[in-house]
Amino acid sequence: MAALTGLERVSGAAARPRVWRGVVFLLAAAYFLIPLGASFWYTVHTPVEGVSLSAYGELLTAEGFVRSLLLSLGLAAATIVLVLLLSLPAMLAVRLFAPRLRPVMEVLCTLPLVVPPITFVAGIGTSLRVGTDVLAPTPFWATIIAVQDPGFPVVLVLAYVVLVLPFVYRSLDAGLRTMDVRTLVEAARNLGASWPYVLFRVVVPNLRSALASASFLTLALVLGEYTVASLLGYEPFAVWIVTASGSAGQLSVAVSILSLLLIWLLLLAVSTVFGREKQK
Amino acid sequence: MTASVEFRALRRVFGKTVALDGLDLIIAPGEFVALLGPSGCGKTTALRCVAGFERPDSGAVLVDGRDITNVPANKRDAGMVFQSYSLFPNLNARDNVAFGLRVRKVPAVVRHAKADELLELVGLPQHADRYPHQLSGGQQQRVALARALALEPRVLLLDEPLSALDAKVRVALREEIRRLQLDLGITTIFVTHDQEEALSVADRVAVLREGRLEQVGSPAEVYDRPATPFVAEFVGTMNHLAGQVTGDQVSVLGQLLPVDGKVPADPSVDVLIRPEAVRVDLDEDGGAEVVTASFRGASVRLRVAVAGGEVLADVPGHEAASLGPGTRVAVRLVERPVLVAARTVTVPAPVVVADAV
Repeated sequence: MAALTGLERVSGAAARPRVWRGVVFLLAAAYFLIPLGASFWYTVHTPVEGVSLSAYGELLTAEGFVRSLLLSLGLAAATIVLVLLLSLPAMLAVRLFAPRLRPVMEVLCTLPLVVPPITFVAGIGTSLRVGTDVLAPTPFWATIIAVQDPGFPVVLVLAYVVLVLPFVYRSLDAGLRTMDVRTLVEAARNLGASWPYVLFRVVVPNLRSALASASFLTLALVLGEYTVASLLGYEPFAVWIVTASGSAGQLSVAVSILSLLLIWLLLLAVSTVFGREKQK
Repeated sequence: MTASVEFRALRRVFGKTVALDGLDLIIAPGEFVALLGPSGCGKTTALRCVAGFERPDSGAVLVDGRDITNVPANKRDAGMVFQSYSLFPNLNARDNVAFGLRVRKVPAVVRHAKADELLELVGLPQHADRYPHQLSGGQQQRVALARALALEPRVLLLDEPLSALDAKVRVALREEIRRLQLDLGITTIFVTHDQEEALSVADRVAVLREGRLEQVGSPAEVYDRPATPFVAEFVGTMNHLAGQVTGDQVSVLGQLLPVDGKVPADPSVDVLIRPEAVRVDLDEDGGAEVVTASFRGASVRLRVAVAGGEVLADVPGHEAASLGPGTRVAVRLVERPVLVAARTVTVPAPVVVADAV
């Protein structure tokens, strides 16, 4: 496809759709930018002091900001690794050895979308409480306590893996559809490749953009997740924002804007890392 | 580096379909054998059993006398070229060819040299740096062939490698595969549903039907002396003419021809006649009429209305000039032994199964 620079002269027939394109673009831009701009204005302007960036200055020194942000990033990284390690081999195995199970897998992976997070978290809470009681006399008691460590709550990672499963499944499924998985895997096997070699040297390199989008969605979802974390009593970034907004309104909005910027930058970074194949 | 391959009572069932039903076949070292048959006859399954992608339910695959039935696919010594394009999209042609060597941890310098050598062998020395999406279908299959040969396997497996290509490339590439195979002397199993392809390149053709071997023999043998009516029809085109057996002869279209093979008990039979064994001569008072004539290059295939039915006849191009549609002609069969089968037709009818391009 020829690249359009936007500078080409457009004949009369094509000019009309262009007007509409402009209108749609402006409307969409307004929809996103006006609230953002208003929020920004709110953080920098006070009737008393006028315009100042002090809210952003306070941020870095605010109690809990760095800790909660690092926690969220750590949770996101762990979730990405775990969910990819779980779902990719499973999806490959289903495609190669049990194609009939594909609908079952699809339904299972989509289920978390249907179950409301509040139900989900209630279930987890109950399980943890009951589990702790039941496991108290066994050596597993230490394990169930360890996964609830507020420093790095593994239980949140497990919960997030379930929550992001639909999105990860969709992304990877779309990626796997673009290649003839069976033939590529068989070709590699025929050339002497072991299963791990097939996975990491054949499938993963050809699935980069799908893995990137799966990671994107996981990152975005984990950084913004509130319900589960808050109800289980942990304080990652999203929960901290809400807590902080109770005490200092301006500060919390500033944090939101900053976190938006941060997530956007992270996504950009992920896409450049994974997107190298595009430069063919 | 070459080896014999033996299928021993190979059986494979998928649900209710029996893909292989006791296949026995021995392929000599250095031999080029084509497995030919309609889709679903088990030919690809047989090949995949050699590659290790399919485990037979019973029976065994032996390479050089060693039972490899339970050896995992990545430990087998057989290079395979697939029907669909199977190059790794993220690697260029050179790295694709060198993939197997990389798996075996051959140093980069050595494997790149080997890959370049093989790309030269398949006629693509200038394309080493191209990615699969920058290569045509024929070029991709050449690279795939080079890749399959890179590990110097003892057996080469070709799973309809030409079926996705257009006609001209297909012919050129199959001849090249044959030339390479003869140069390297590598035992080759070539799966195809295209009888012309099988006949033109293989040392022996094995015709499969419903998971069983119908006939195996040299291309000339399979074409001229098909063991069964199925083979006769599948390999090439056959006319079915109603005939009446008397003694070891059969009368058909007013002629008396000797019967090839055993004479059936029921004297009413189908006589199987190749189109090239049908002579068509211009004759004002002839009992037949040309219906259509389709030009096929060196020859012309005529559809001739005769005795209430139709027969196909192949005549040389220069003779066909005067045999346009509507011409009155006389039809005569070449005097040679003919195959007969149980009666299925009452009027002459051409049966075209898997007619090649």
